[in-house]
Amino acid sequence: MTRLDDLTGRSGEWLRGSGPEADIVISSRIRLARNLADFPFVSRAVPRDLAQIEKLLRQRILEIAVPDDLLYVEIEALEDVDRQFLVERHLISREHAESRRAGAVAIDCREKFSLMINEEDHLRIQYLQSGLNLEGVWKEINAIDDRIEEKVTYAFHERLGYLTACPTNVGTGMRVSVMLHLPALVITRQIDKVFRSLQKINLAVRGLYGEGSQAMGDFYQISNQITLGRSEEELLKQIGDIVPVIIDYERQARDFLVKESHENLHDQVSRAHGILRTARTISSEETMHLLSSVRLGINLGLLPDLEIPAINQLFIHTQPAHLQKLSGAELDTTDRNIERAQYLRRHLNKEEEPGEAEKN
Amino acid sequence: MKCQKCDKPATFHITELAGGKPHELHLCEDHARDYLTSPGSETGLATGLVQQMQEMAKQMAIGQTADELAKLDQQECPVCGITFYEFRSQGRLGCPHDYTCFEDQLGPLISNIHGESEHVGKAPKRGSGGSEKRTQLIRLRREMKEAIDKEDYERASEIRDQIKRTEAAE
Repeated sequence: MTRLDDLTGRSGEWLRGSGPEADIVISSRIRLARNLADFPFVSRAVPRDLAQIEKLLRQRILEIAVPDDLLYVEIEALEDVDRQFLVERHLISREHAESRRAGAVAIDCREKFSLMINEEDHLRIQYLQSGLNLEGVWKEINAIDDRIEEKVTYAFHERLGYLTACPTNVGTGMRVSVMLHLPALVITRQIDKVFRSLQKINLAVRGLYGEGSQAMGDFYQISNQITLGRSEEELLKQIGDIVPVIIDYERQARDFLVKESHENLHDQVSRAHGILRTARTISSEETMHLLSSVRLGINLGLLPDLEIPAINQLFIHTQPAHLQKLSGAELDTTDRNIERAQYLRRHLNKEEEPGEAEKN
Repeated sequence: MKCQKCDKPATFHITELAGGKPHELHLCEDHARDYLTSPGSETGLATGLVQQMQEMAKQMAIGQTADELAKLDQQECPVCGITFYEFRSQGRLGCPHDYTCFEDQLGPLISNIHGESEHVGKAPKRGSGGSEKRTQLIRLRREMKEAIDKEDYERASEIRDQIKRTEAAE
């Protein structure tokens, strides 16, 4: 079985920066909310129920998984930094990380699927993949759901569909989301217009880390809010139809910037790159902001020596829990900012002087 | 009870479920209208959700006096024991049976959130219990007949397989 620490130095498949439209679409994700028919929902379940739910679902997951590929961890047994580490990698939700009840998560070693036990619902199945590929993700997650369901009875209502702890998820229990990198729409101040039109058609827009998170690094997740009265295919189609439209807007905004203010754009990208490779102390927020410009610069051919997967990885590896795991030490904010700057210098200057970070 | 924003009597009792911690508001008609129609909120990004939750809160409160609300609130699920008040304040239901026993209260809420009241899409292959399994079989047989009527034999054979699987399920 895989161990948590095996994940530290590498990154999940979804950061690979490949797949259709990968310059703008970071990842495609679907999650399904499921509950067992014979137990109260999580918030009402007593510790004994929760332990039983955990045991039952764990057994089922172990039966269908390839053991070498699987990481199974009980949330209660984790240090805070490890919980945060899993949140930063998008493998568990913040709510799950903060929970003090018998919960767990099963993850495959490529970090494509993650099954959360006793989060808001008994089971939350997530499948995450790089690029725009909703059909593919649906096929995978649907198959996992079917396999689990072979031996587990889900709470299902003839008229209302899959029953969930919160009525906002009832029906399909499905949330389809696509994470987009939209820096040019932000620079050209058109992003609010895009949001307003998405809200009109009942789609939600969230930041990098879901509900309530700020739009760090110009990343936006677009997802369905409605889960009842539309089939899974209809929900996929709704998101699948709108994403290319937004991609097109972003490309138009990029073309506009290249044509109309090439010097300013090139300047912004070069300065961002310059700060990231020379700073001695830098906050997470500033890092995200500057990495976003660098990522845009790579996609526009302004920084030919850098590659998207490496930058994608820096977005995640420079976050607080990752820095601490990578450096093997507990760090306060000040030390983290120094460690972050060092990490960035090491990774962005590697071709020039390998010993640069240590030499000074 | 007085409105929290002026001296008029509070006729609207709103439970705000958005943004983590639920909180209660007691407002007069004018202030309630202002509150419910003002665009949310602290997190510019989640406005869609906040608005939706406000709609949801509105649906729960409008047209009901405090007494009526109190009565509805006290209703309790015989299976898990949660009261409707507890659901309103936590935003989470207690067990699958709540959808049946709070049907009158949840029905309008669900229609408001989703704009629909009936599930379309995937269903577990195994029926979850005797009566539901039977109704599922009834529905499948009807769907198979409809498919045959439409000469969609591929779909009909899919449904036939599904019926076989449902029957074979424990």
